[in-house]
Amino acid sequence: MNLFWMILKNELRATWRQAFAWLTPFLFFALIIFLFPIALGSNFILLKQITPAIIWIAALLAILLSLNSLFQKEADEGYLENWLLSPHSLTFIISCKLFSHWLIYVFPLILISPLLGFLLHLSAQEEGVLIITLLLGTPVLTLFGAIGSALTIGIRGHGLLLPILIMPLYVPVLIFATGAMTLVNFNQSIASEIAILSALLLVSITFIPWLVGVALRIGVDQ
Amino acid sequence: MWHWLKQNFLPVKFFYQTSTMLLPWLIFLFVILFSYGMIAGLFFAPADYQQGDGFRIMYVHVPSCFLAMGIYFVMAVSAFLTLVFRIKIAAICMSCSAPIGAWFTFLALVTGSIWGKPMWGTWWIWDARLTSVLILLFLYLGFIALQSVIYSTRARERAGALIALVGAINLPIIHYSVIWWNTLHQGPSISKFATPSIAPAMLYPLLAMIAAFFIFYFIILFIRMQNKILRAI
Repeated sequence: MNLFWMILKNELRATWRQAFAWLTPFLFFALIIFLFPIALGSNFILLKQITPAIIWIAALLAILLSLNSLFQKEADEGYLENWLLSPHSLTFIISCKLFSHWLIYVFPLILISPLLGFLLHLSAQEEGVLIITLLLGTPVLTLFGAIGSALTIGIRGHGLLLPILIMPLYVPVLIFATGAMTLVNFNQSIASEIAILSALLLVSITFIPWLVGVALRIGVDQ
Repeated sequence: MWHWLKQNFLPVKFFYQTSTMLLPWLIFLFVILFSYGMIAGLFFAPADYQQGDGFRIMYVHVPSCFLAMGIYFVMAVSAFLTLVFRIKIAAICMSCSAPIGAWFTFLALVTGSIWGKPMWGTWWIWDARLTSVLILLFLYLGFIALQSVIYSTRARERAGALIALVGAINLPIIHYSVIWWNTLHQGPSISKFATPSIAPAMLYPLLAMIAAFFIFYFIILFIRMQNKILRAI
């Protein structure tokens, strides 16, 4: 547990000292959502229909953007080899790192999403479902992305490779999250969607940090 | 036992000799099955009562779909063997399978689209199975893209194996989530072997074509693998 707090504190402090790194995905998320009403003209009925899709796609892209820097600092400064050699479990270190990454780069998006939803005329009920699906879904996206990030760690100048590798795996989360938002519009039960999202989350939390460890060993090899 | 197997049957040299021996037989078998399937399917099978002669594209479409999924399965198994047992030949098989699988997935999409135009009235529809095959194509292309930018052979093989395995584990989840999302596709005709909903005169050429396509895959795979082995030496 000590190790967990240590990693979290270090990450938070490092982020605090260069605030713009933390703000980039956040601003990116807000700007994409802001561009949609402009691109759609004054078609507010259409806008209301596609709001769940807009917010989810924007969150997905913002997460992909933040993933490029997930292990970059560690790889550049040699922490990665330290992790691989350290007596602590690599899976545990990676879990801590991924949790702090999610907390720093993704959690702010969830915090601001009710405000953006309000600007896009979501009802209170939809706002609630939006926050629940984001809380359940974004960790899965971050975890899957971490595999790609670890594998492409030694590859320079191929910034688009990571999204190409990872985006097909994002389909289930996107389907169930936006599905829940559509169902709540028709006042139907969303219990099954939420259950499946939770199942995806639990399975990914259990297995993916270990897989990321395997991927990091391969990535460091390159 | 395992050690004996690894010593005698898994070295690259053993594969090279066996495949050289097998290739003429495979080509012979392929020519027979393919010509039977083509001639019987295109000329002798009765026309469908609903779709007329248009259903005959099935003889290319269904085998391509089988291969699109079958090759990914082969890749996943070889990825497992690469990652866990570090078998050299499995890694070669995996990276040589990917482009073939991508082409057959593409072929399945194109023939399906050509079949869909007269039957459904549209080239493309966001139906569950079409969408999951499209995602399969993206998985293949992602794998190939990753392979093409890593220069160290060992890292390339292991990174590819990991991403192929993650894709294979996710594929059923993606497939069923897409079915949940939307479906329109006609049910599979020949998976129900107890009571096939397809006439025998249509079925036998189809089975022959599926077998012929699989043999074709192995012919191309063996030739590609032999080339890759020769280039590495």
